[in-house]
Amino acid sequence: MAERTIPVTTTVKTTEASTREETRQEERYLTPPVDIYETQEGLVVIADLPGVSKENADIRVDNNVLTIQGKTQHLAPGNPVYTEYTLLNFFRQFQLSEIVDQEKISADLKNGTLVIHLPKVEKAKPKRITVNVA
Amino acid sequence: MAYRDPFREMESLRREFDRIFNAIEQWTFPFSRVSFLPGRSARQYPMINLNEDKDNYYVEALAPGVNPKTIDLSLANNCLTISGEKLVAGAGIEVKPEAYHRSERACGKFTRTIELPSEVDADKVKADYQNGLLLVTLPKSEKAKPKQITVNVG
Repeated sequence: MAERTIPVTTTVKTTEASTREETRQEERYLTPPVDIYETQEGLVVIADLPGVSKENADIRVDNNVLTIQGKTQHLAPGNPVYTEYTLLNFFRQFQLSEIVDQEKISADLKNGTLVIHLPKVEKAKPKRITVNVA
Repeated sequence: MAYRDPFREMESLRREFDRIFNAIEQWTFPFSRVSFLPGRSARQYPMINLNEDKDNYYVEALAPGVNPKTIDLSLANNCLTISGEKLVAGAGIEVKPEAYHRSERACGKFTRTIELPSEVDADKVKADYQNGLLLVTLPKSEKAKPKQITVNVG
Protein backbone atom coordinates (compact mmCIF):
# COMPACT_ATOMS: atom_id res chain seq x y z
CA MET A 1 0.00 0.00 0.00
CA ALA A 2 1.78 3.05 -1.24
CA GLU A 3 1.38 6.28 0.55
CA ARG A 4 0.53 9.36 -1.38
CA THR A 5 0.80 12.69 0.24
CA ILE A 6 -0.93 15.53 -1.48
CA PRO A 7 0.46 18.84 -0.27
CA VAL A 8 -2.16 20.88 1.48
CA THR A 9 -0.35 24.16 1.46
CA THR A 10 0.93 25.76 -1.67
CA THR A 11 3.89 27.19 0.18
CA VAL A 12 6.01 24.06 0.15
CA LYS A 13 6.86 24.27 -3.52
CA THR A 14 9.12 27.29 -3.40
CA THR A 15 12.36 27.06 -1.56
CA GLU A 16 13.35 30.68 -1.67
CA ALA A 17 12.69 32.05 1.76
CA SER A 18 12.43 35.70 0.86
CA THR A 19 9.76 35.16 -1.75
CA ARG A 20 7.93 32.45 0.08
CA GLU A 21 4.30 33.17 0.50
CA GLU A 22 3.00 33.05 4.05
CA THR A 23 0.32 30.46 4.35
CA ARG A 24 -3.19 31.54 3.58
CA GLN A 25 -4.76 28.58 5.24
CA GLU A 26 -5.72 29.14 8.81
CA GLU A 27 -4.86 25.62 9.81
CA ARG A 28 -1.67 23.66 9.90
CA TYR A 29 -1.93 19.92 9.72
CA LEU A 30 -0.32 17.10 11.58
CA THR A 31 0.37 13.67 10.11
CA PRO A 32 -1.08 11.08 12.44
CA PRO A 33 1.07 7.98 13.07
CA VAL A 34 -0.48 4.84 11.63
CA ASP A 35 -0.08 1.09 11.84
CA ILE A 36 -1.06 -0.95 8.82
CA TYR A 37 -1.25 -4.70 8.94
CA GLU A 38 -2.59 -7.35 6.65
CA THR A 39 -4.88 -10.23 7.49
CA GLN A 40 -6.36 -12.87 5.23
CA GLU A 41 -9.53 -10.83 4.89
CA GLY A 42 -7.92 -7.49 4.22
CA LEU A 43 -5.90 -4.60 5.51
CA VAL A 44 -6.33 -2.84 8.81
CA VAL A 45 -5.25 0.78 9.27
CA ILE A 46 -4.95 2.09 12.82
CA ALA A 47 -4.35 5.79 13.35
CA ASP A 48 -3.97 7.80 16.55
CA LEU A 49 -6.25 10.82 16.43
CA PRO A 50 -6.36 12.27 19.95
CA GLY A 51 -8.89 15.03 20.46
CA VAL A 52 -11.00 14.13 17.46
CA SER A 53 -14.64 13.33 18.19
CA LYS A 54 -16.83 11.17 15.96
CA GLU A 55 -18.52 14.23 14.47
CA ASN A 56 -15.23 15.89 13.63
CA ALA A 57 -13.63 12.92 11.92
CA ASP A 58 -13.83 12.83 8.15
CA ILE A 59 -12.76 9.60 6.46
CA ARG A 60 -13.43 9.26 2.77
CA VAL A 61 -12.39 7.32 -0.29
CA ASP A 62 -12.23 9.23 -3.51
CA ASN A 63 -10.47 8.25 -6.69
CA ASN A 64 -8.67 5.35 -5.00
CA VAL A 65 -7.31 7.66 -2.32
CA LEU A 66 -8.17 7.13 1.32
CA THR A 67 -8.25 10.43 3.19
CA ILE A 68 -8.18 10.70 6.95
CA GLN A 69 -9.03 14.12 8.29
CA GLY A 70 -9.86 15.19 11.80
CA LYS A 71 -10.58 18.40 13.64
CA THR A 72 -9.23 18.42 17.16
CA GLN A 73 -10.56 20.06 20.26
CA HIS A 74 -9.01 20.52 23.67
CA LEU A 75 -10.99 19.34 26.66
CA ALA A 76 -9.55 21.52 29.39
CA PRO A 77 -11.17 24.89 30.11
CA GLY A 78 -9.42 27.74 31.90
CA ASN A 79 -6.19 29.57 31.29
CA PRO A 80 -2.99 27.73 30.39
CA VAL A 81 -0.38 27.52 33.14
CA TYR A 82 1.94 24.98 31.62
CA THR A 83 1.70 23.70 28.06
CA GLU A 84 3.52 20.76 26.50
CA TYR A 85 1.44 20.29 23.38
CA THR A 86 -1.12 22.00 21.24
CA LEU A 87 -3.59 20.06 19.18
CA LEU A 88 -3.54 20.56 15.44
CA ASN A 89 -5.89 19.13 12.89
CA PHE A 90 -4.95 15.81 11.33
CA PHE A 91 -4.56 15.00 7.68
CA ARG A 92 -3.16 12.00 5.85
CA GLN A 93 -3.80 10.24 2.58
CA PHE A 94 -3.12 6.76 1.25
CA GLN A 95 -3.31 5.39 -2.24
CA LEU A 96 -5.44 2.25 -2.32
CA SER A 97 -4.55 -0.68 -4.52
CA GLU A 98 -6.99 -2.70 -6.63
CA ILE A 99 -7.24 -5.51 -4.12
CA VAL A 100 -9.30 -3.37 -1.73
CA ASP A 101 -13.06 -3.71 -1.98
CA GLN A 102 -13.98 -0.05 -1.70
CA GLU A 103 -17.68 -0.71 -1.09
CA LYS A 104 -17.03 -2.57 2.14
CA ILE A 105 -14.63 -0.23 3.93
CA SER A 106 -15.59 0.39 7.54
CA ALA A 107 -14.14 2.74 10.12
CA ASP A 108 -14.43 2.89 13.88
CA LEU A 109 -13.22 5.67 16.17
CA LYS A 110 -12.79 4.79 19.81
CA ASN A 111 -10.65 6.32 22.56
CA GLY A 112 -8.90 8.56 20.07
CA THR A 113 -7.84 5.65 17.89
CA LEU A 114 -9.25 5.18 14.42
CA VAL A 115 -9.47 1.65 13.04
CA ILE A 116 -10.23 1.29 9.34
CA HIS A 117 -10.93 -2.11 7.83
CA LEU A 118 -10.16 -2.43 4.15
CA PRO A 119 -11.49 -5.81 3.00
CA LYS A 120 -9.92 -7.50 0.02
CA VAL A 121 -11.94 -8.29 -3.09
CA GLU A 122 -12.87 -11.95 -3.39
CA LYS A 123 -10.33 -12.84 -6.03
CA ALA A 124 -7.45 -11.43 -3.99
CA LYS A 125 -8.17 -13.64 -1.01
CA PRO A 126 -5.99 -16.71 -0.65
CA LYS A 127 -7.71 -19.95 -1.58
CA ARG A 128 -6.86 -23.38 -0.43
CA ILE A 129 -6.76 -25.95 -3.15
CA THR A 130 -7.28 -29.49 -2.13
CA VAL A 131 -5.15 -31.99 -3.92
CA ASN A 132 -6.91 -35.12 -4.98
CA VAL A 133 -4.82 -38.18 -4.83
CA ALA A 134 -6.03 -40.73 -7.29
CA MET B 1 28.14 48.62 -5.28
CA ALA B 2 25.17 46.73 -4.02
CA TYR B 3 23.70 47.70 -0.72
CA ARG B 4 22.78 44.85 1.51
CA ASP B 5 20.28 45.28 4.20
CA PRO B 6 21.48 43.14 7.12
CA PHE B 7 18.10 43.18 8.81
CA ARG B 8 16.32 41.91 5.77
CA GLU B 9 18.83 39.12 5.44
CA MET B 10 18.39 38.17 9.08
CA GLU B 11 14.66 38.17 8.63
CA SER B 12 14.86 35.82 5.68
CA LEU B 13 17.20 33.53 7.61
CA ARG B 14 14.79 33.44 10.48
CA ARG B 15 11.96 32.52 8.13
CA GLU B 16 14.01 29.79 6.59
CA PHE B 17 14.65 28.30 10.02
CA ASP B 18 10.96 28.53 10.87
CA ARG B 19 10.17 26.68 7.70
CA ILE B 20 12.67 23.92 8.40
CA PHE B 21 11.54 23.43 11.97
CA ASN B 22 7.89 23.43 11.01
CA ALA B 23 8.59 20.69 8.52
CA ILE B 24 10.41 18.59 11.11
CA GLU B 25 7.73 19.18 13.66
CA GLN B 26 5.13 17.75 11.33
CA TRP B 27 6.83 14.39 11.40
CA THR B 28 8.03 14.06 14.94
CA PHE B 29 5.74 16.15 17.06
CA PRO B 30 4.07 14.95 19.17
CA PHE B 31 4.38 11.23 18.69
CA SER B 32 7.74 10.07 17.51
CA ARG B 33 8.31 6.47 18.43
CA VAL B 34 11.08 7.03 20.93
CA SER B 35 9.03 9.64 22.70
CA PHE B 36 6.66 7.03 23.98
CA LEU B 37 8.43 5.30 26.78
CA PRO B 38 10.06 7.31 29.54
CA GLY B 39 12.96 4.90 29.78
CA ARG B 40 13.97 5.42 26.20
CA SER B 41 13.94 9.16 25.91
CA ALA B 42 14.08 12.35 27.86
CA ARG B 43 10.51 13.11 26.97
CA GLN B 44 7.85 11.73 29.21
CA TYR B 45 4.60 10.11 28.29
CA PRO B 46 1.86 11.17 28.29
CA MET B 47 2.38 14.82 27.51
CA ILE B 48 0.25 17.09 29.63
CA ASN B 49 -1.22 20.55 29.64
CA LEU B 50 -2.07 22.29 32.89
CA ASN B 51 -4.81 24.90 32.94
CA GLU B 52 -6.38 26.74 35.81
CA ASP B 53 -9.32 28.92 36.61
CA LYS B 54 -10.46 30.43 39.91
CA ASP B 55 -11.58 27.18 41.49
CA ASN B 56 -9.89 24.35 39.66
CA TYR B 57 -6.76 23.01 38.05
CA TYR B 58 -7.24 21.05 34.85
CA VAL B 59 -4.70 18.49 33.72
CA GLU B 60 -5.19 17.34 30.14
CA ALA B 61 -3.08 14.38 29.01
CA LEU B 62 -2.53 13.31 25.42
CA ALA B 63 -3.09 9.56 25.56
CA PRO B 64 -4.80 8.10 22.50
CA GLY B 65 -5.68 4.42 22.36
CA VAL B 66 -5.36 3.78 26.05
CA ASN B 67 -7.74 1.27 27.55
CA PRO B 68 -9.77 3.40 30.04
CA LYS B 69 -9.87 0.49 32.49
CA THR B 70 -6.11 0.51 32.86
CA ILE B 71 -5.86 4.21 33.67
CA ASP B 72 -4.86 4.68 37.26
CA LEU B 73 -4.69 8.06 38.97
CA SER B 74 -3.34 8.76 42.39
CA LEU B 75 -2.69 11.89 44.38
CA ALA B 76 -0.17 12.15 47.17
CA ASN B 77 1.73 15.11 48.58
CA ASN B 78 0.39 17.40 45.88
CA CYS B 79 1.71 15.11 43.17
CA LEU B 80 -0.59 13.56 40.61
CA THR B 81 0.47 10.22 39.16
CA ILE B 82 -1.05 9.00 35.91
CA SER B 83 -0.43 5.46 34.78
CA GLY B 84 -1.95 3.13 32.24
CA GLU B 85 -1.34 0.97 29.26
CA LYS B 86 -1.62 1.62 25.56
CA LEU B 87 -2.43 -1.45 23.53
CA VAL B 88 -1.08 -2.33 20.11
CA ALA B 89 -4.06 -3.24 17.97
CA GLY B 90 -6.77 -3.64 20.54
CA ALA B 91 -7.56 -6.13 23.24
CA GLY B 92 -7.27 -9.73 22.18
CA ILE B 93 -5.90 -9.07 18.72
CA GLU B 94 -2.53 -10.52 17.93
CA VAL B 95 -0.71 -9.50 14.81
CA LYS B 96 2.28 -11.32 13.44
CA PRO B 97 5.29 -9.06 12.96
CA GLU B 98 5.52 -9.99 9.27
CA ALA B 99 1.93 -8.88 8.69
CA TYR B 100 2.85 -5.24 9.29
CA HIS B 101 3.16 -2.90 6.35
CA ARG B 102 3.72 0.13 8.50
CA SER B 103 4.26 0.50 12.21
CA GLU B 104 4.51 4.03 13.50
CA ARG B 105 2.47 3.95 16.66
CA ALA B 106 4.20 2.86 19.82
CA CYS B 107 2.66 1.14 22.76
CA GLY B 108 3.34 0.00 26.28
CA LYS B 109 2.80 0.78 29.91
CA PHE B 110 3.44 4.26 31.15
CA THR B 111 3.52 6.26 34.31
CA ARG B 112 4.07 9.92 34.92
CA THR B 113 4.05 12.09 38.01
CA ILE B 114 3.47 15.82 37.96
CA GLU B 115 3.64 18.30 40.78
CA LEU B 116 0.72 20.64 41.15
CA PRO B 117 1.34 24.33 41.80
CA SER B 118 -0.75 24.45 44.97
CA GLU B 119 -2.84 22.29 47.27
CA VAL B 120 -5.92 20.59 45.90
CA ASP B 121 -8.96 18.99 47.45
CA ALA B 122 -8.15 15.31 46.97
CA ASP B 123 -11.68 14.11 47.69
CA LYS B 124 -13.27 16.04 44.86
CA VAL B 125 -10.91 15.15 42.02
CA LYS B 126 -12.70 14.06 38.84
CA ALA B 127 -11.30 12.36 35.76
CA ASP B 128 -12.74 11.96 32.27
CA TYR B 129 -11.39 10.07 29.29
CA GLN B 130 -12.73 11.33 25.99
CA ASN B 131 -11.49 11.04 22.41
CA GLY B 132 -8.07 9.92 23.55
CA LEU B 133 -7.61 12.82 25.94
CA LEU B 134 -7.61 12.44 29.69
CA LEU B 135 -9.00 15.38 31.64
CA VAL B 136 -8.43 15.51 35.37
CA THR B 137 -10.26 18.25 37.24
CA LEU B 138 -8.65 19.10 40.55
CA PRO B 139 -10.52 21.60 42.75
CA LYS B 140 -8.21 23.94 44.62
CA SER B 141 -8.32 23.66 48.37
CA GLU B 142 -9.80 26.59 50.31
CA LYS B 143 -6.35 27.68 51.46
CA ALA B 144 -5.02 27.87 47.93
CA LYS B 145 -7.86 29.89 46.44
CA PRO B 146 -7.14 33.54 45.77
CA LYS B 147 -8.83 35.94 48.19
CA GLN B 148 -10.12 39.30 47.16
CA ILE B 149 -8.85 42.02 49.44
CA THR B 150 -10.72 45.24 49.47
CA VAL B 151 -8.79 48.44 49.83
CA ASN B 152 -10.23 50.89 52.31
CA VAL B 153 -9.89 54.47 51.37
CA GLY B 154 -9.62 56.49 54.52
